[in-house]
Formats: sequence, C-alpha cells, structure tokens
Amino acid sequence: MSISLNGVVGRGDFERVLKFSVSDGEVLAITGPNGSGKSTVIHTLAGLIPMRSGQLMADDITWDSSTSNTWVEPEHRTCAVVFQDLRLFPHMNVLANVAYGLRARGMHKDEAEQRSQKMLERVGLKSFEMRRPNNISGGERQRVALARALVLEPRVLLLDEPLSAVDTASRSGLRELLPELLSGFAGATILVTHDQKDVEALATATFGL
Amino acid sequence: MSDVAVQRRELKFKKPGIDRFFHLVVTAGALFSLLILGLIAFFLLYRGFEIFRDMGLSFITGSLWEGSGAPGEPTTYGIAPMLVGSIVLSLVAVVIALPLSIAGALFIEFYTAPRLKKFLVSLLDLAAAIPSVIYGLWGFFILAPRATNWAKSINHLFGWFPLFRVPEPFFDGSPFIGGMVLSVMIAPIITSVAREVFSQTPSDQISAAHALGGRKWSAIRYVALPFGRSGIIGGAMLGLGRALGETVAIYLVVNIVFRTNLNILFTGSGNIASMIALKFGEASAYEVKALLASGFVLFAFTLVVNMVATYIVNMSKRKKA
Repeated sequence: MSISLNGVVGRGDFERVLKFSVSDGEVLAITGPNGSGKSTVIHTLAGLIPMRSGQLMADDITWDSSTSNTWVEPEHRTCAVVFQDLRLFPHMNVLANVAYGLRARGMHKDEAEQRSQKMLERVGLKSFEMRRPNNISGGERQRVALARALVLEPRVLLLDEPLSAVDTASRSGLRELLPELLSGFAGATILVTHDQKDVEALATATFGL
Repeated sequence: MSDVAVQRRELKFKKPGIDRFFHLVVTAGALFSLLILGLIAFFLLYRGFEIFRDMGLSFITGSLWEGSGAPGEPTTYGIAPMLVGSIVLSLVAVVIALPLSIAGALFIEFYTAPRLKKFLVSLLDLAAAIPSVIYGLWGFFILAPRATNWAKSINHLFGWFPLFRVPEPFFDGSPFIGGMVLSVMIAPIITSVAREVFSQTPSDQISAAHALGGRKWSAIRYVALPFGRSGIIGGAMLGLGRALGETVAIYLVVNIVFRTNLNILFTGSGNIASMIALKFGEASAYEVKALLASGFVLFAFTLVVNMVATYIVNMSKRKKA
C-alpha cells in the first residue's frame, strides 16, 4: 500500500500545507520543532481530525477528500497508531490492551488473546500479560503500545514520537527493538520525531516541517 | 557524604488570620451537616427507645402491629412486613430503572447532537425535581390500570417462577406497580449521575479506541462503561435511597397491607415511610413512639445501604489502581 497526502492539515488555529507519500516497506520520518504540526499529521492520517482541504489516499482508496466530500472513519482505515502519550486503557491488563483492536474488529476472544500473547513475546513482555499499565515501567508501556498497534497487522503504522515518553536507558533498548520489529512489518511506516537519533536508527526517508 | 542520619525537620508556621477564619468557616459548615444528621438519629432513637426496650429484636423481626399501649391492652409492634416491603419496592424500582437509565445516559452523552443534549440534560434536572405526589397521582390514574394488565400477562407467561406467582388473581396495588412508579421517579436521578460520569470519560481514550478499529459501541463498552462503573453504582444507590424513603407515591399507588409479600405481582404491600404516613394521624402516644422507632430503623438501614455503596465504589477504584 502507498499512502499519499496532498493538502492542508490543521487543528484549531494551526494550519499547514503538506504533500508527501510513503510506500510499503518505507519508514518516513516527519521531523520538525515543537508546535510544527507533527502530531496533527498523525491524527489526520489516523482519521481523528479531518483535512482542511485536499486529499488523503491509500492506494486507490480515498480516505479523506474535501473535493469529493469523502471521509472514511478511523475505525475503517487500515492503519494503527502508537500515540505519543501511549493511551493504554488503564482498567485493562496488558493482554487485554493488546487484544483490544482485534476484539473490536470482531475476532474471537481466544484467537485474539493467542495472537496478542505471541506479539507480547516478540516485544519481550511475555510474562507481563496480567499486569495493569500502571504497574509497569514507561519503557514496558511503550512496548505494550507497539504490540497493540502491530498485532492488528495494519497497512500503515503511525508512530507519534515513540520514544519521547521513556527514560534514556529504556530509549536505547527500544531504539534497538524498533528496527527489528519494523523489519518484519510489510506496510508503510510514518514516524514523527524531533530526535535525530531516531531518524538515523529507523528512517528510510525524511520530511521536514 | 556524612554518615549522620538526617533528622526530619518539622515546619511550624502561623497561618494568617484570614486563612484561619476561612478554615473555621468551612469546618463549621462540614460539621453542621454531620451534627444535623446526628441530631436526627438521636431524636428518633431517644423517642423510640422505649419501644426497642419493650419489644426487643421482635420489633424488627415481628409481623404484628396491634394495640395502642393502653394499660391492660395487649400491644405488639413489629415492622418486618414493612421493612421487607421497603426493600422489595426499592429493588423492583432499581431493577427497572437502572438499565433504562444507563441506556438513557449513554444515548444523551454519545449519540445526541450538542443542542439536543443540552435540552435533554435540562429536562432530566426538571424531572428529578417533580414532587413525588405528582408521580403518585400520575401513577394512580395512568400507570396503575395499564400495569395491572401487564402484571396479569407476566403472571400468565411466567407464573411458574416463584417471584411471579400469585395466590389469588388480584393484581392491583402490587409491589410491581409501586416499583414501576418508583422507577419512573428515580430514573432521572440515576440517568443524571451516570451521564455526568460518562461525560468525564477521557476523550483521548475514546479516540484511541477508534484509532485501533473500535466503533462507537466498542469504545462505549470497553472504555466509557468501565470508566463510569463507580459512578453508575453511586447513581443507583442514590436512586435506591430515594426509593427506600418514598412516602406519598407509594401511599397513593400501593394497596397498603401489613403483610410480608414476596409475590411482586400480587396485591398488597407497603413500606416503612407509607406506614408512618398512614398511621401517624390516629396513633396513640405509645404508637407514635413505635412510628419514630420505625423511622430510626429506616434511617439506619438507608445509612447502611449508602455505606455499602461507598465501600463498593472504593473497592472498584482500588482495583482500577
């Protein structure tokens, strides 16, 4: 799948004209200082904010278009998001958090949990299934958020500052884990970051705001 | 670094006058409410103590209410039927009202346009303020005749189940009808509290649910409902408390009979509050004491229900943490 955005994105008083595209296997790093609109781009791609004008296409499917008045709701887009603030569900344990997206899409509980367990093993959290997000470290929560997105096998993976919420020690561990996880990911990845080290470790292309 | 243990430093400072005054005022306000509650309990217990002393535990477990306490006249007072009636009527009300209230709260919060939401919220507040005598009159003239037919149908279809059995085919003025009127009365309170709690569901959690493929119902089921659980319980307990103490509506709609009735479709029931209203006007001095003692039992029971509700809510919050 290739995803392409050409138009104006905005939130509140903020607005930005953008044009980029990402194909399967590519990792596009969107860089820029604080307040440049990086998270707004992620939210627009995910369908949480509509575009002000222009078009967002995923292959031949229009996800958002002001000219044809098309809008695909976030739950129908084949993308998954790792939010900057993670947004894990505090009342669910780690396994239920990871399985949520699968269950929401109609998968049977047993199969969803099986797939989630395998994904947790991949991110190195095999024994953490029954723990709640409040009872694990920041680095571990980040891995849960990653697992929750990757288990959905999305066509587009959206990473909003994936390493900003963790301490320095955990960050280097995650910086080693992410390329390994992304190497097995067949879709397109859009990574929002202000850290040049993340760009060097993960990106195949960059787009500056 | 020195090996000497660091001693805790206690900070002592004098609060400015205005802070001390404000502290006194708010403390007095808080204590005033507790004082009134305590004085009411004391008043009921003091005036009813003679009954507890004379009747003992049989005042709560006994089923007879006869005599005026005149010298030589056999007198016995027991409120078990009315206590059971209070519980049955309130439970019927909550069982009917709770699912409808939760559905109503979810509808208002997640499915209505902003202008309609504002209107419905105002309507809820108005409905909660309607005097209970109005509900009673509406219940008597409009709901009761229809509900009597519904009771007959339920008995016809489900009479094999003990709760819906009737010893004889008399369905008017039953706990079912009383509970229905109470449910209409308490639904606005429960809906209001539940909606308020749902409105505080973190929007970033809802958007995360959508971004992971969850539709609106999934976001509500997996995010909003768990988040609002303690609030729902709190709302239900508020409604239960209102139902336990309801007087006029029950007086108008239920066939007040001093008999324990667990067949909710069968005629005849009552609660402590309606019993007090019914008997107060013609009660002898001794019987008035018994009615005040009944009031104390109702007060204590309602207090226990609220304490249990608070415990459930706190346990639920602790589990979340």
